[in-house]
Amino acid sequence: MKKSKIFTSGIFTSNPIFVLFLGMCPVLATTSSFSTAFGMGLAVTAVLMLTNILISAIRKLVPNEVRIPVYIVVIATVVTIIEMIMKAFTPDLAATLGIYLSIIVVNCIILGRAEAFASKNSVLDSFLDGIGTGLGFLAGLLIISLLREVIGTGALKFQEPFANTVLFNIRLFPQEYAISLFTQNAGAFLMLGLVAASINALKGPIQRFKDKQAQKKLAKVAAKPATNA
Amino acid sequence: MNLIVLAISAILINNFILTRFLGICPFLGVSRKISSALGMSLALILVVFSSAMLSYGFYFLVLKPLGLEYLYLVSFILIIASFVQFVEMFMKKYMVGLYKALGIYLPLITTNCVVLTVAIDVATKTNGITGVGFTFPEAIVYSLAVPVGYMIILILFSAMQEKLQINSKVPAPFKGNGIALVTAALMALAFAGFGGLI
Repeated sequence: MKKSKIFTSGIFTSNPIFVLFLGMCPVLATTSSFSTAFGMGLAVTAVLMLTNILISAIRKLVPNEVRIPVYIVVIATVVTIIEMIMKAFTPDLAATLGIYLSIIVVNCIILGRAEAFASKNSVLDSFLDGIGTGLGFLAGLLIISLLREVIGTGALKFQEPFANTVLFNIRLFPQEYAISLFTQNAGAFLMLGLVAASINALKGPIQRFKDKQAQKKLAKVAAKPATNA
Repeated sequence: MNLIVLAISAILINNFILTRFLGICPFLGVSRKISSALGMSLALILVVFSSAMLSYGFYFLVLKPLGLEYLYLVSFILIIASFVQFVEMFMKKYMVGLYKALGIYLPLITTNCVVLTVAIDVATKTNGITGVGFTFPEAIVYSLAVPVGYMIILILFSAMQEKLQINSKVPAPFKGNGIALVTAALMALAFAGFGGLI
């Protein structure tokens, strides 16, 4: 497979949130504000990149029978390291994410990529796959949190995690028109349900468009030999 | 008294699915039928309780005296994974009936965030009622109450899912995960009403 394709497939064609519907716990829990979603997405990307590299590097040493426990220990180690780094450099963000930072360990995406990709491919490919899937996850979190924060508060605020300064705070419409339900617990489920339904609704037209393109191509191929002859 | 408040808070107010969003994958995946929801949650009660007790003991008897608290994540996940494996083998050999009923849910439970979160909660976090760390009786009550709360939601939800699958009036794009999540949103709204209970 081409390198660029490995990278982009995690973002678009097999996006962990929108296409595969994996790792939903952090998606629901950390998307109530744009800044926390950004922090969570970056943490997951870093973990995914490192675990993919490590697991790909040791893939020939690990006996097949015990590979899952080995992967879990590698993942837990990487998550511990990332958690310590975040507690040291971004203490407020680490406190906000709390338990969701620790339970990246049991996120299905991480073990899923380790098992499905990193255990079979070279280190460079696994690195690209890890970054691609991580960025796809980050993009999904950002889109959902953007919708939730804007509809729920009427403004979009971004807090830079290192120095805790507010980088921008844009008010799109007055607070009293905002539906604050969307920043609460029930709103998380509701927004994700609406997103899932819109993706389903878009699937039909996209498929039809693809079919049409394929038909056109077929027609061209079919027409060519005829003109040549 | 504290123990009762802790149990009520873990079951109804800080429910793991609806307010802490943990264990969502089996919630959306397994809970299409009441029977599998029941099997899953019974297996979960067993695993959450036992692995929380093991982790609690390991943290306070081994890690803390040695000053190795930062290894909690690695050791807890190993305790959980090996315990689940052990239960599976034990059940297969000595409790065949129970294995047939619950066995298929056991491998799924290893990667269920509820198990790990309860273990981390009882060992390293402070409980919401007294504001200090969990004492042993509190840890017992908490690690039983959380999966019971999970079971209540899972069974209520799967009952609704069974009805929704028969009902054909669900709009096509909402079929599957869409309507499941909207149902969960309505349940979360209803359970938010328990907020003022304590």
